[in-house]
Amino acid sequence: MSALNAPSTRYVAPVGRDERIWLAFAVVWCLFLFVIMYVWQFFGEQRTPIESYRIEPSEFRALTQDYIASHRIGEVEGVPIVVPTDGGEAFLAARAFQFEPVLQLKVGESVRIYLSSYDFQHGLSIQPLNLNFQVLPGYVYVVNLTPTTTGEFGIICNEFCGLGHHVMSGRIIVTE
Amino acid sequence: MTTATAPTPSGLLWRVCQVTGYRVYTPVQRLILVNAVAAVVSLTLGGILALMMALTRWEAVSLLPAELYYRFTSAHGVLMLVFWIVFFEIAALLFGGTILINHRLKGVRFAWIYSVLMVVGAIVTTATTLSGHANNMFTAYPPLVNHPMFYVGILLFAVGALLGACHFVYQVWTARREGVVAGPLPLVVYALLAAAIIAIWTLLHGAVAYVPALLQSLGLITLDAAVYRTLFWGFGHGAQQINLAAMVAVWYALAAITTGARPVNEGLSRFAFVLYLVGINMGSMHHLLVDPGIGMHARIINTSYFMYAALLGSLIHAFSIPAALETAQRARGYTNGLFEWFLRGPWREPGYSALMISVIGFGFIAGVSGVLMGTMQLNMLIHNTLFVVGHFHATVVLGTTVAFMGLAYYVVPLVAKRDLAFLGLARWQPALYGTGLLTMIGGMMLAGKLGASRRVWDPSFSGAPLQVESLTSPLMTFANTLIGLGAIVAVAGGAAFVLIMVATVFFGRRSDKPAVGTLGIIAGDQGPRSDVEIPEYDHHAKRFQAPGTTTLVFIFLVWFVAMFAWAAFNLGNVGWGVS
Repeated sequence: MSALNAPSTRYVAPVGRDERIWLAFAVVWCLFLFVIMYVWQFFGEQRTPIESYRIEPSEFRALTQDYIASHRIGEVEGVPIVVPTDGGEAFLAARAFQFEPVLQLKVGESVRIYLSSYDFQHGLSIQPLNLNFQVLPGYVYVVNLTPTTTGEFGIICNEFCGLGHHVMSGRIIVTE
Repeated sequence: MTTATAPTPSGLLWRVCQVTGYRVYTPVQRLILVNAVAAVVSLTLGGILALMMALTRWEAVSLLPAELYYRFTSAHGVLMLVFWIVFFEIAALLFGGTILINHRLKGVRFAWIYSVLMVVGAIVTTATTLSGHANNMFTAYPPLVNHPMFYVGILLFAVGALLGACHFVYQVWTARREGVVAGPLPLVVYALLAAAIIAIWTLLHGAVAYVPALLQSLGLITLDAAVYRTLFWGFGHGAQQINLAAMVAVWYALAAITTGARPVNEGLSRFAFVLYLVGINMGSMHHLLVDPGIGMHARIINTSYFMYAALLGSLIHAFSIPAALETAQRARGYTNGLFEWFLRGPWREPGYSALMISVIGFGFIAGVSGVLMGTMQLNMLIHNTLFVVGHFHATVVLGTTVAFMGLAYYVVPLVAKRDLAFLGLARWQPALYGTGLLTMIGGMMLAGKLGASRRVWDPSFSGAPLQVESLTSPLMTFANTLIGLGAIVAVAGGAAFVLIMVATVFFGRRSDKPAVGTLGIIAGDQGPRSDVEIPEYDHHAKRFQAPGTTTLVFIFLVWFVAMFAWAAFNLGNVGWGVS
């Protein structure tokens, strides 16, 4: 009888030898995939950021503007360039349709980035590293980065945020 | 086999199918066809939009202006992922809840009500979207909203689908109670029952997300961005679990229809569907792995379906379906070496080639990429890139849609009592469609790996004040070309399917013994047609019963481990510390 027909009576049968071997490997692989996420999160170099806080978009905007005003070192295409605070903190805001400010980081120095949005949901996508994080209005996502390479790294928005979505970009500069 | 205690066919309400031997309660035929036609209409519209979208992202063509690209992306998503798939699933539930278990349809008028509700909902939502009132994608994350009518249509459709899923459960229950089904359910019906249960749960989730979304769109409430994403993906990801369960049900059905295969271990296969039910409300955080607002344990437990319970279910099917095919083909004398049974399969049978493309494509590409993306840390490299789009075209199109097309080649002609039109074209359709899809999916995954974003009109962000040079490279152009060319071939393959279906349903030669496929049909009400006796799988044998399959699944595992290792290497290669 095929799978289209009811099995005659009892359908619980012992599992054959080849199937048993396969099942054993399958179970081990499933458990490995589960455990590895914990291992990675405690011992890996690239861990998923977890820390986050609620914040009113207007308050985040005010904090970011203060930070930009006090740490500004220049400007590119009308977007302010800033350095992190002495404690290694920085704000990175997404708004329709620009990331601001441009962060200038030092290679090997960790920075604690407070990431949020003034308006809609956005996506922080750092290129060409291809590191991607969701940006939600009302939430600060704390992303700790330690750059190991110098250069200019582009940022694009990768969450649809309106008809100007495809011109929404930003930049991270890493210097010696 | 189902017992024959139901009244013998009499009068206008029953007929016996001359091809399969199934007793068919005739009022259900038109219902199945209406849902199937609605599915094919959705597929047609969605396919036309798909072609224009792919040709827009391909810089060499840049077909559409930005607003139309976003509008069509919204419409394509809802037409394909919701309407095409769910209409087909409702047709499959109507089929499984009556013909496969010899049952009459209890509540024909009720079935018409929910079918009409779904059609009306689909029309309302599609019209709202195509007229440019729902450009914010079918996910429409707050604070973005679509027009209220978009949500009204979705809710009407979802209520219809919910009633349909409940109706199927009622059919199975009454079949039991009335003694129409005395023993266990056929495996395919059991699998559809799992799909229906997941559907009921998922659609209730859908109401929890879409009712507040409607209220927000009317300006009555304000939704929290993170809360809405959590609610939405309870529906959005659960919906993919329905597709998974329904697709595997169709795999078992196609294996039976095209080779007469019998399940190697009924109990284990059923257990695998129970594992799907365990994973039912999990997986939603696949979409939220790099979101703020969620703790570590919640992410890991949810994304892993609690230690990969659902993955284990799929790995059971990954053995059991090829092993069933191998046993059947070995019984036909294809016993040389490990793979003669595979190489000399009935590839000219549309249902068989659709089955193989769906199983292999889903396993090697969709399943593996899904697990990579669902691994919390690896998700940082993949979230919202075009790789995600490649992944879900591998699951829902290369997997589910190809399987559904394969089944349609049998169910539609038999239920419509018309010959399958353009059999020669049908033989090639799965291969044509599959080739186009593979090319397109490969291009999408490559582009995503290079950093291309999903849902963007201009993937190179060439109009942005701060230019991002790494997004333009010869390799990226190559990837976009693959997507464009693949989409053209895939849409041609999809058009071939639509042509065959339309020609069959509306213009096919009427017949009480419709011509389907090249094999006729091998499995029906009386079990596999007796061209050969297909032996029962010997569970006590010392020798491997399916050595080819055993080899194949371990090749698959090696591929799986290698892809995981490669993805982990890529993450390490980022170099930057992230936490």
